[in-house]
Amino acid sequence: MTKSVTDVICPFCGTLCDDLEVVVSDDGKTIVDVYNACAIGAEKFMHAQASGRVTRPRMQQPDGSYKEVSYDEAVEYTAQMLAKSKKPLMYGWSSTSCEAQSVGHEIAEQVGAIVDNTATVCHGTTLLAVQDVGIPSCTLGEVKNRADRIIFWGCNPCHAHPRHMSRYSIFPRGFFTNKGHKNRKMIVVDPRNTDTAKMADIHFQIEQGRDYELLSALRVALRKEVLPDTVAGVPKEKIYEAAELLTSGRFGIIFFGMGVTQTLSKNHNIDEAIMLTKDLNEFTKFSIMAMRGHYNVTGSGQVLGWQFGYPFCVDLSRGFARYNPGETSSNDLLRRGEVDAVFVLGSDPGAHFPISSVKKISELPSVAVDPHITPTTEVAKLHVPVAFVGVEVGGNCYRMDNVPIDARKVVDPPEGVLTDEEFLTRVNKRVKELMEA
Amino acid sequence: METVTLTIKSQPVLFLEADNITPDVFAGKSAADIASLHAYEGRDQITLGKYFDVAGKAGATAADTKIVVKGDVSRVKYIGMKMSAGEILVEKSADMYVGGWMQGGKLTVKGNVDAFAGLGMQNGELIIEGNAGNYLGAAYRGDWRGMQAGVIRVKGNAGSDIGTFMNGGTIIVEGNVDVHVGTHAEGGKIIVKGNGKSKIGGQMVEGEIYVFGTIDVMMPGYKYIEDVDLEVDGVKGKFALYHGDLGERHPKRKGQIVYGKLYQKI
Repeated sequence: MTKSVTDVICPFCGTLCDDLEVVVSDDGKTIVDVYNACAIGAEKFMHAQASGRVTRPRMQQPDGSYKEVSYDEAVEYTAQMLAKSKKPLMYGWSSTSCEAQSVGHEIAEQVGAIVDNTATVCHGTTLLAVQDVGIPSCTLGEVKNRADRIIFWGCNPCHAHPRHMSRYSIFPRGFFTNKGHKNRKMIVVDPRNTDTAKMADIHFQIEQGRDYELLSALRVALRKEVLPDTVAGVPKEKIYEAAELLTSGRFGIIFFGMGVTQTLSKNHNIDEAIMLTKDLNEFTKFSIMAMRGHYNVTGSGQVLGWQFGYPFCVDLSRGFARYNPGETSSNDLLRRGEVDAVFVLGSDPGAHFPISSVKKISELPSVAVDPHITPTTEVAKLHVPVAFVGVEVGGNCYRMDNVPIDARKVVDPPEGVLTDEEFLTRVNKRVKELMEA
Repeated sequence: METVTLTIKSQPVLFLEADNITPDVFAGKSAADIASLHAYEGRDQITLGKYFDVAGKAGATAADTKIVVKGDVSRVKYIGMKMSAGEILVEKSADMYVGGWMQGGKLTVKGNVDAFAGLGMQNGELIIEGNAGNYLGAAYRGDWRGMQAGVIRVKGNAGSDIGTFMNGGTIIVEGNVDVHVGTHAEGGKIIVKGNGKSKIGGQMVEGEIYVFGTIDVMMPGYKYIEDVDLEVDGVKGKFALYHGDLGERHPKRKGQIVYGKLYQKI
């Protein structure tokens, strides 16, 4: 006999679906099936069961082979590395719980580390823009119940946030949107003809790197000023039409992703998009929301925000929090050789950072804490496997609209495997002893 | 005017944060006093004497003090931060935040500087004979008050995001610039003697931008007004005047709407 665990939270993307059903074996030890999840989310649960999973810390040997070490040795190595270093980088934090992040920050404060999360290569530019001009946003519930003008700008939820459109933005029948997608107009702005773009009522296939110009042109159109004949490859008539369509709605929302945050103009794109949203509020109700990637990258920003005042790139090396992406951002630090040790938890910079940064990680004393074998664990000197948050241990997470949701435990971790929080707590205790000595 | 000479002895392993290298902090101090001033390398507090040989002595006040920095200081940050008077001469390249939040005096760098030079500058004169990095004369993150007054002159090229949130003062770049010039500017003057790329004057409320060379892509919110004859930084010529950014808010003065002005040399 199997049993079913309901209302499980999916620890994959920032949509943080909370309606999963996980079938577990009678002894509660193995996951048999996952319902309601997207293919990626289901795989996250099933992957925890994969054979060949690393269950003990491994130290890389000079010849590239691995030697199994105990958790005690792993704690000692990590604590020594952080305590000896003058300016360690503590990166990641987006695939773990807020509780674990908080313990990590306590360690960082003691050793004068730089704490940075995955926003640094993702929505960090969004955070810069929000700091510059503020943000009129809402929750996904409001989008579901009210929104009739949906813009996806530089994002592809069909593949990156697979259930976003069915749960919140396009298909659901909400209180004021009782005809589902028939109530909504969908606009996609993307230079590529993505699967999301194929579903759109209007697709602006713009020239690459000209988002800033098109956003600006929409603002010009709203002010009934003159436009050049084409902007970003889009004829001006289409831009005036789009402005008309946006203002004619009852509630609009701009969702945006990496296509605008990490291409030419970066934070300025978001800055202009936020200002467009503000301008649209002169005509109707409009909101804007970042399509956050990792399931708890928003939480990392939240915890860093309330503890240190800045959402990412926090430099604690001088005993107080400083922040200046461009200087205190992970890739700039690594590229310029500003850090002397690297600690990674809940992220995979080995797969996502430029090769010049990854090379630097491989040259420095480094620890990677991750349940999986990843490109990062392959370059790090020490790999510490931990339990999967949201599968084998619960914890608080924040959805992309900054709504906190408690993730649930479904099965036990493999025998003897520590959670992120347990490992960090032990490192924290040992660091305290070393720093006081 | 008394002169203090700092000569770098060895390169720091990590970058050195030396916000004490200013005439204001050095004023009234002997060479030994200056060598014992602190700097930071990561979380370690060290003395300037660890990395610099200090010779000469400072004047009684900042205005009477000149600092000459010799050797490669491309791993030293914050030289001349918040200086209010006196003079600094850096003989080679320096790292980030050169002349950050500078309030007065004169700072010359013979080599290149990295990003954030003249950040939030309030007054004074900053001369960079090589190239400058990104965020030259821009605002600090989240601040709506960028450069307020003073002059920045770059003889080489500059990076992106120069003069962001600029309120006053003048930035002259004799070479080329990267994207985003004078974004969100509400005053001030930026002169680019080389070529610009794109996003010039985006979201600009007020202020003036002069481009002598080419502009790859013009912002859609700029409207051609007229051709004007001008003398800009000693160069006479005919310029096409554009008003913008039309997508941005603009104040009214004496019944007239005030626009940002973009002049391109014809």
